[in-house]
This record gives sequence, structure tokens and C-alpha cells, in this order.
Amino acid sequence: MDSVDAEIARAQEERRKMEEVAPLTSVTFDADLYGGANRFEGYELSIPVTEEDDDQDADGRDLARRMASYTGPKSLKEIPRGAEAEDDSGFKKPQRIIDREDDYRRRRLQRIISPERNDPFATGEATPDPSVRTYVDVMREQALQRQKEEMLKEIAKKKEEKNKAAAEPAPPAQKRRNRWDQSQEPDAAAKKAKTTSDWDAPDSTPGIGRWDATPTPGRVADATPSVRRNRWDETPTPGRLADADADATPSAGGVTPGLTPTGMTWDATPKLAGLATPTPKRQRSRWDETPASMGSATPLPGAATPAAAFTPGVTPVGGVDLATPTPGAMNLRGAITPEQYNLLRWERDIEERNRPLTDEELDAMFPQEGYKILDPPASYVPIRTPARKLLATPTPLGTPLYAIPEENRGQQFDVPKEAPGGLPFMKPEDYQYFGSLLNEEEEEQLSPEEQKERKIMKLLLKVKNGTPPQRKTALRQLTDKAREFGAGPLFNKILPLLMQPTLEDQERHLLVKVIDRVLYKLDELVRPFVHKILVVIEPLLIDEDYYARVEGREIISNLSKAAGLATMIAAMRPDIDNIDEYVRNTTARAFSVVASALGIPALLPFLKAVCQSKKSWQARHTGIKIVQQIAILMGCAVLPHLRSLVEIIEHGLSDENQKVRTITALSLAALAEAAAPYGIESFDSVLKPLWKGIRSHRGKVLAAFLKAIGFIIPLMDAVYASYYTKEVMIILIREFQSPDEEMKKIVIKVVKQCVSTEGVEADYIRNDILPEFFRNFWVRRMALDRRNYRQLVETTVEIANKVGVADIVGRVVEDLKDESEPYRRMVMETIEKVVANLGPSDIDARLEELLIDGILYAFQEQTSDDANVMLNGFGAVVNALGQRVKPYLPQICGTIKWRLNNKSAKVRQQAADLISRIAIVMKQCHEEQLMGHLGVVLYEYLGEEYPEVLGSILGALKAIVNVIGMTKMTPPIKDLLPRLTPILKNRHEKVQENCIDLVGRIADRGAEFVPAREWMRICFELLEMLKAHKKGIRRASVNTFGYIAKAIGPQDVLATLLNNLKVQERQNRVCTTVAIAIVAETCSPFTVLPALMNEYRVPELNVQNGVLKSLSFLFEYIGEMGKDYIYAVTPLLEDALMDRDLVHRQTAASAVKHMALGVAGLGCEDALVHLLNYVWPNIFETSPHVINAVMEAIEGMRVALGAAVILNYCLQGLFHPARKVREVYWKIYNSLYIGSQDALVAAYPVLQDEENNIFSRPELLMFI
Amino acid sequence: MQASDRFNINSQLEHLQAKYVGTGHADLNRFEWAVNIQRDSYASYIGHYPMLAYFAIAENESIGRERYNFMQRMLLPCGLPPERDED
Repeated sequence: MDSVDAEIARAQEERRKMEEVAPLTSVTFDADLYGGANRFEGYELSIPVTEEDDDQDADGRDLARRMASYTGPKSLKEIPRGAEAEDDSGFKKPQRIIDREDDYRRRRLQRIISPERNDPFATGEATPDPSVRTYVDVMREQALQRQKEEMLKEIAKKKEEKNKAAAEPAPPAQKRRNRWDQSQEPDAAAKKAKTTSDWDAPDSTPGIGRWDATPTPGRVADATPSVRRNRWDETPTPGRLADADADATPSAGGVTPGLTPTGMTWDATPKLAGLATPTPKRQRSRWDETPASMGSATPLPGAATPAAAFTPGVTPVGGVDLATPTPGAMNLRGAITPEQYNLLRWERDIEERNRPLTDEELDAMFPQEGYKILDPPASYVPIRTPARKLLATPTPLGTPLYAIPEENRGQQFDVPKEAPGGLPFMKPEDYQYFGSLLNEEEEEQLSPEEQKERKIMKLLLKVKNGTPPQRKTALRQLTDKAREFGAGPLFNKILPLLMQPTLEDQERHLLVKVIDRVLYKLDELVRPFVHKILVVIEPLLIDEDYYARVEGREIISNLSKAAGLATMIAAMRPDIDNIDEYVRNTTARAFSVVASALGIPALLPFLKAVCQSKKSWQARHTGIKIVQQIAILMGCAVLPHLRSLVEIIEHGLSDENQKVRTITALSLAALAEAAAPYGIESFDSVLKPLWKGIRSHRGKVLAAFLKAIGFIIPLMDAVYASYYTKEVMIILIREFQSPDEEMKKIVIKVVKQCVSTEGVEADYIRNDILPEFFRNFWVRRMALDRRNYRQLVETTVEIANKVGVADIVGRVVEDLKDESEPYRRMVMETIEKVVANLGPSDIDARLEELLIDGILYAFQEQTSDDANVMLNGFGAVVNALGQRVKPYLPQICGTIKWRLNNKSAKVRQQAADLISRIAIVMKQCHEEQLMGHLGVVLYEYLGEEYPEVLGSILGALKAIVNVIGMTKMTPPIKDLLPRLTPILKNRHEKVQENCIDLVGRIADRGAEFVPAREWMRICFELLEMLKAHKKGIRRASVNTFGYIAKAIGPQDVLATLLNNLKVQERQNRVCTTVAIAIVAETCSPFTVLPALMNEYRVPELNVQNGVLKSLSFLFEYIGEMGKDYIYAVTPLLEDALMDRDLVHRQTAASAVKHMALGVAGLGCEDALVHLLNYVWPNIFETSPHVINAVMEAIEGMRVALGAAVILNYCLQGLFHPARKVREVYWKIYNSLYIGSQDALVAAYPVLQDEENNIFSRPELLMFI
Repeated sequence: MQASDRFNINSQLEHLQAKYVGTGHADLNRFEWAVNIQRDSYASYIGHYPMLAYFAIAENESIGRERYNFMQRMLLPCGLPPERDED
């Protein structure tokens, strides 16, 4: 017994340890987020200044940050990557949203789905039921929350002051990095407290003592002898009481304000009083820990006490519970995370493997003879510990060990119990929402309400996890029955699902879709739920996924159309001055969507009021932010309201709060950007405060002001722009030295904006700006950050546009030899852009020498993979300089030759690429001998084994052949081409493409240098390439076919091609038909048609279709040349159009179409009408391709024969007694009508008048 | 229509056609079609200035009057629609 107990104890101990390592509960999950000393790391604590940060749509900055190891365009990142990504199935693994979210975005999970609110429109004049939450209640709650925060902050401040006073007489002002502002935010206050003091000490201030006195978080109104008015003091109105209930119990609605961080702190304080006096060293205060228990605030019904529910290590009962996770049990337990589930599975497996052997097993193991089964000693007592016993029980879910299994139909392996009634598979994390669907027994006893709920859940599960058809029908049912289900039950089921932490992108998309559909149906019934919906939808607005953002906007826009402006404002108004920055941020974005849905004018009065709010700076801040978001979202659509928007926010520039000043400046910047290039008159009123502001502000505010100025200056007239630029430039130049990265970025941008306006003169820039600009910004460090790099290059190019090439290039050219490669690259890119923009005429001989020298150095020293910058720069400069490069060419070619021989494949490739860039310039410099030499060198390197390099070498050869021509080429073409033939077999796309281009070029220009036999050999190779994946290669090889056919005459090539029609592979045949058509085009159709038509006699489907297809392409390519051949092919087409085979008729119809279009107006109507008579009977075909081809043929005929002819064909069937016939004829009539309606007027039939209707058209009978 | 070609290009074609006033369908009756024809004709007369001028001379009216008349006649070009026999 003792040993057993000890074992249990040990097991428990182990489990506890394991729990510490791999936490089980969601509580620890949250502690992960919020715990630790630097819990603000990665948070967005400040409102960023640059537009990229504000405008999430502009670029996924966070994505970029978190994916720092990936470079390349964003679109490429979406593509499933090679081997490592496609681990098993090749499909993209479903991705959980939470995995890619950063901490800031994860704060969405902290939000609470608030209970429904009163809909004043529905209730009318009646006083709302006291149990219903009204706007007043919400606002009051909000106010209380704020008050509480303020109080806590004040306490914190006092405590801090006290500590400061105690510690040091004059401590230096707190250094805050990257903050807009001294913390106004409560959480920041907590942080401050954490770093400086422990203000939890129970006996510190009287204020805190007062809180300590609060015995319970309950509603004992007079328990707290407070001086200030706080929530406890209020007379509990009935409405408030209802709230109190909501606070106290985490009821189904999940509204647990009592569990919000502040609520918890409230609870926690008294306990703290009992603690031993905390030492000041204790860094983690009680306050910091509070958010960790936020997990409990997750508004999930049933998840109220996670700590108690998941303590498997503590009590054996818990363990038992976990050991038998039948689905039913899971329901009861509520939330179980997938991690837990996996852990359980693993545990179960281990238990299973270690279970005691049964008698049968022992019997099977030991021989029957020679052993004796002893009776158990009298003292033996079998295990009766419930935990052990239950653990030992093979669970229905247990993984069986390896044994030759008995057939057990009822066995369920690791699969959860199958959902009844054809419901789709449930994931472990779904049980807490859908678990009740599994026990279907008591379905009959359910009340109608519950049954309805059940029905909704079933449909939702089908939408979420079902197969596409299931999903479709479920979605339709949900939509159709939306009003029947009612808004309440629907949203109560849908919205918690959206807050599920394990939600995947696809699931969220589907659920959002459900909401969207349901919204349409419910219309004004959604009003009480607006805020609930917003809580789950708003986070979509800041999602990093573009489509999620769009979806979020769509929903909110539909929501505002359904609920109306008043309800939207009422729902969101309380959030405007929410204490949480996250809430305010998302609310501002949501408001901008509302504005775009309902029109800016509708929102203006409200915005005006909010922006002037006296009560809290947060409200003003959010109001102004709404304006900013409107500008970003709606772009130039703000123009009509620009003046009112500016007027609404302008007072913010002189607000007492600096965050408000900052956001005002940023909003002005956004407005100016949206309005550009119009609307300067609307900004008149803010010019003065802005320009005055830049003299009085520092730091972030200054940055924001500068940004606004930068966007306003380009709107101005030249004269004003010049004046204002000079004004701002003093500050800008001063700020050049700012160490702040944000400031740097803004300053560079503003310089660009100022410089590019018209009124700023070159001299001014040259003398006043350039020296400081280069001294401060053209430093190595700037090249390391991509955004700085880009910004700096752009600005420098803009400056160069004003001051000319020489000034800029002269300043940076030395840096081409800098030792830092990124810096050299930045210099090179700038030079490339400047020279390409402005040409090299400013560059004098000395500078030219330095430039070439520097470029050669930079080119040779490059090591990184991103080689295109150097290559492009080199090419751009050399091409711009043109003949002036001549003296340097030997040196350049020497470098190239040297590098072609390099060990590194990359270097060889770059060298070859460089040849193709500078070949034209070499020709201009008459360096043909040098080129010939390079040609020979390249020829020698054709044995290159790296395909990338080989492709580049072929490209270089092509460039040389192009410029010096076939005759002067060395090595001679007759040597070069045979060397290329085997390379055509290479399967690498780059090699293929370059090789086929080169061969095609030779076939085009210098076919006579190569014997016909060689060309035939190449033809065979080309046939293989007709089915290349890359379109460019297919096209190049088809073209090459044409050239070769022209060079050696079509007969031999044609024979090859016609033989190729017999092959099985469809793609090959299609390519062959194209090649035949090309050959016919280049060598005139009469050389090809006889053989081709003769081939039609082969009684083989593929061949005949190939011939028809060739004819179709042929007539497409030769166009009006077809008039000479139409009579020749008509009999063949007649036959094809009467063939039994559908494809014959289809292909022939498309040939007829091309033919008709080609010969329109060339007098072949007789043949065309004849063919039309064969096409027409096919109009009743149903196969989509055939009917398409036939309709197109008729369209072609309409063009060639005129609409009247076709109309006459139509008239016979428009009023046919059979509907099937009428339908087809009307379709033809309609396309005829759309195609040439006017032409039909003259051709309409004469209808007889009826008794009181006139159908005749007497006007047409008039004549003079 | 078969289930298979509910989604193909042809159904889209019909959808596209249906967007234009003046196109027809299998259930169009003689009267409706005639109305379309008449309106198209008047529109065409008005649209081609030489036609208008020709009619003006023939009817000894001003061109503007002709245009006005044609436009007026486009309202009910064939008179009131016949009574539908409800069956």
C-alpha cells in the first residue's frame, strides 16, 4: 500500500513538474503573453508617425518584421514554398490566426462580447425594461472604469513620488524610449510602478489603505468610506442592479467585468494586505500578474474557472477526469485546448502501455507446462485506489498496443465519437461549443428554444467544418431562416465561435460570411447586437491579411446600413474613450468604415462633438483619429468635405495633450495626402499653427507636425511652396541630426516633398540643404534598414532632379569604394536612377573616370545574392555614357573575362549577364573585335554545367550576335549552331529559353550559314520543346519553326509536323498544329495547304482534327490572305461540318469563324453563305465547346455577311412552337442584336397591324 | 437547361444579353417584340441625321419636329398592349 501511495505521489509530482514545463491551462497561456519582466516588449505603445504604421493597408509592417528572414515581394510569400512547406499532402496547412498575430492584435481576445443593448427604435416611447442594458448603463460603466483607472494611476503616482522622495532628492526625469507621451495609460502606469516602486505595499498610502478596507468585490454600498465618488457610492438603480449581476456572475453571456484586470486587482488587494511586507526589490507586482488571469475573462460560457477545472496534478479526481475523455465528459469540462488534448492522448498511451498484464496475457506468454499458478498471498489486496483503477481501465478512446487485433466493429481508435446525424467531424477545440450536439438522446425533451439553438449549432458546425456541399446548404438555411431563428440565438452562437483562440483563417472567413448573410436578412433586428458584432469584427480591420481587412470593412459597412447611423454611434460611442488603446484604435477604424458606408456628411456633427470633447483627451484623440482613418480609407473622396474635416480637427493642434496634437498633425497629413493635389485652400487655417508648432515642439510631436507639413507643401502654389519650404527647412536641417529613427524617416520624406515642389530653386537646395543632408544621411548605417535605404535613395534622386547629376554623383561617387557592401549598393542604386533619369551630360571627364572606376570596383567586390542592383547600375551607367565608355572597354572586358573564369558560379553568371547589358554600347564604340573575342570566350564556356550560368552565357552570345550580325560573328555561325543543338535538350527553362531565342535568331538572319541537315535535326529537337511549360519557350520554338521552314523550304519541316499529328499526346498535337499554321504563314499557304488537306484523308480522328485545327489557326494567322484559299478548303470544311464526330464540327466551325472574319468585305459571300448552311444545323448542340464554336462562327458570319442575312436565318425559329427551339433562336437573335442592332432596323420583317395595335413602320415606305 | 451548363460560358452569355433592353427571350410575344422593333427603328432614325432629314423633307416638317415626333412615338409605339388572356 505504501509503495502504491508513494508511486501515486511520485506520479503526481511528475505531472506537476510537467505541468510547469508544458502548461496545461489557458491561464498559463496568458501568462506567457503578459508575464515576464518586459511584458510591453513588442507592444505598440505609441501612435506611430509614419503612414505605413497607421495605414495597415499600405504594407504589412508587422508581417515584414516578423518575417525578417524572408525577402522578396509579398506576393511570393503567399506561394506555397518548396519542399519544406509541403510536408505531407502538398496542401497548405490550415493556419491558425493566433499564430501569426502579434501581441497587440492578440488583445482582441481580451475584449468581451457585451450583452445585448436596448434598441430605442424598437421600444419606441416605452421605458426600457430595467433588465436591458441601455446606452446610459454602458456609458456609466465606461465612466466608472475610467474613474477607477484614474484613481489607480493617481495612487501609482503618489506612491512613486513618495519613493522618489525617499530614494533620491532629485532623480533624473524618467527616460522613455519611443513613447509619445508620458504615460497616460493605466497599463503604462502599472509599468512605471513596476520599474520604480512597489506600490502594492499594503501600508503605503491612506488611499490604498482605503482599498484594503474593501472586504469583498460585492456590492456593499457603504463599506468603503471613500471621499471620492466611486461606483460603490452610487444609488443602485434597478438597471444598475442588473449590471451588478452581470458583474458578479460569469453567466452565459460571459460578461464578466469583475474579471477584467481592474476588477481582479480590486479583488486581489485585500489579500495582499495579509502578505509579508514586500521588499522594494520585488519586481513583479501583484498588478502585473493580473492580466495573466485574463484567460478567465475569455467570454466563454463554462470557462469561468479554468484554474479549478484543469488541475490534473493536484487531485486524483482531476486525473480521473482527464483519463477518460469521452466526448461527453469533455462537454462537461468545457474548454480543452488542443495542447491539452494531445497531452491527454499521450498520457493515455503511456498508461496503456504500462498497464498490468492480465491473466490471459500471461497465459499466452508462458508455456502451458512447467509453470504453476500460485494463489495470491492472503495479504494481497488488489489496487483499489480509484485513480489507479480508473487509469488502468482501457478507455474507449485508448490506442491499442500492438496485438493481432480481434475484430471489433464498435471499436473507436483515436477518433472522437462520430457526430450523429451526418454532422461533420468535430475538432477537439470544438467540443466546448458543439459538444451538446453529441448527446442526442434527449432531443425530444428539449424546449422549442433549445431545439432552435441546437438547430443553429448544427448548421454552424456544418458551415465551419463541413464539406462544401454541406456548408452551402447550411449557409443557405441559416440565411433563409435567419429571422425565424432570431438575432439573439444566432449571434449568441456565432460570435463566441469567432473569439475562439484556435480559429483558423478559413473558419473565420466562413463564419464572417455567415454573419454577412444573416445581417442582410435580419436588417433592423441586429440593433441590440451591434456592439457584440463589432467586438468580434473590429479586429479584422487591423488584421495583417488584406482580405480579412476587406471582409471586416464589408461587414461593418453592411452592419451600419442595417442598423442605421444612430445605433452605430450609440454602440461605439462608449468605446471612443475606452481606456484601452486597442479598443480605441479599432473603434476609430470601424467609425471610418461607417463614414464610408453612410457618407461623411452624416457623421460630421458627431465627429465635431467628439473632437471637442471636454471630458477626456481619449475621446478627442479617437475623434481625430477617425478623421485620419476616413482620409486613409476614402482617399480623394474626402475632397468635398475637406474643409469641414479640417475645421473639425484643427483645434487639436493646440490641444493640451500631446498625443492629441500628434494625431491631429497626422490626420492633417493623411487628409492632405488623400486630397493631393487639390484642396490647399481647406488647409489655410492650419498653416499657421503648423508652422508655429514646429518651432515650439520637439520629439514625436514635431515629427508629426513635419509630416503634415510635408504633405501640405506639395499642394501649394509655387511661390508659397518656396516660402514655406524655407521656413520649415531650418527645422528640418536641425532635425537631420536627430538620433530618432522615426524622425529621420520623416525628415527624409519631408525633404523629398519639399524639394520636388516647383518653387524651390536649385541654388537654394545646393547651398542650404545638400551639405547637411549628405553629412547626416549618407552614412553606412542608413543602408542597413530597408526602409531608410529606399527612402534615402528616393529623396536623393528627387534632389538630383533639381540640382543635376554632377552634384549628386560627385558627392557619392567616392563611396562606391566604401567598405560596406550595403552602402555601396545604395550608392549604386542612386547613381543608376539619377543617371537614367537625367543622362550623363553633366558628368565631366574626371567624374566619369571616378565613376567607371568606382562601378568596376563595386561590381567586382559584390558578394551578396542581390546582385541585380550592381548589374543594373553598371548597365545603366555604361548605356548612358555611350561612346564615352570606349577608353574603358578593354578594362571592363578584361574584368569580365577574368570573372567568367571564376570558381563561383554566381560570379560567372554576373559576368555573362553584364555582357548582354553592355553589348549595344560596345557596338556603338566600334569595338567589334573585342566583341568577337568575347564571343569566342563565351563559346568556349558553352560546356558550363550550372544551368543558370549557361543560360546567362547563351543570353550574352545572343546579345553579341544581335549587334554584330551573322556574318561578322566569331565563332562563325556554322560552328556555333551545331554546338547549340545538344543544348536544346537541356531541360532547364532559362537555358531552353535563351537557347531557342539564339537559334531562332540565327534561323531568322543567318540560316544560310548552316546546312539544311542541321536545321532538320533542330526541328526534331524543337518538337519536344513545343510542349514546354513556359509560354515564352513554346512561342519561341513555334516562331523558330517558321524561320527554319522559310530557310530550308516547308516540305521537309511539314512532313515532320504532319507525322507529329499522329502522336497520342494532345498538347504535342496542339503545338504541332500551331507550328503548321506558322509554317503556312511564313511560307505562304499554298506551300502547305495541299499536303495538309491531303492529310485529312487519313482515316484517323486525331489526324483529321489536327488538320482542321491547323486550318483554323492558319486562317486566323493569314487573315485576309484567306480569300484566295477559301474556295479550296470549302469542300473539306463541308465534309467536316457534316461529320458525326462533334470535335470535327467544333473545329471546323472555328475554322469557319476565322475564315469569315478574315475575308469580311472581300467578296467571298457566296462561299460563306454556303458554309453557313452547313454550320447552321449545329445550333442545337449542347456540348459547351461545340455550341461556343458554332455561335462564334455565326458571329463571324454576321460580320462577313451582314446582320440582315443572319436575321433571316433567325426569323424561322423565333416563334417556333417548341420552346427548346425558341430558346436557341432567341439566343442567336440576342447576340445578333447586341452585335449590330442598328443594322437590323432595315431588315426587320413587316408585321401586320392588329385591331388596335400598329406594328407597321410606315416611315420606311416614304420616298421622295 | 442542364445542370452541367448552368455554370459555363453560355449561361453567362445569356445573362450578359439579358442586361440589354431590347434583347428577347423565348416567352416574348409578338406585341413586345414589335415594340422593341419600333423603338429601335425610331432610335435609329433619330440617330442618323440624314435619315431624319429625309423624313423631314418627305413629311414637310422641320427636322426638330420630326425628331420630337419620333421621340414621342417611342413611348407607346404600337398602342396599348393587348389584353392578356389569363390561362
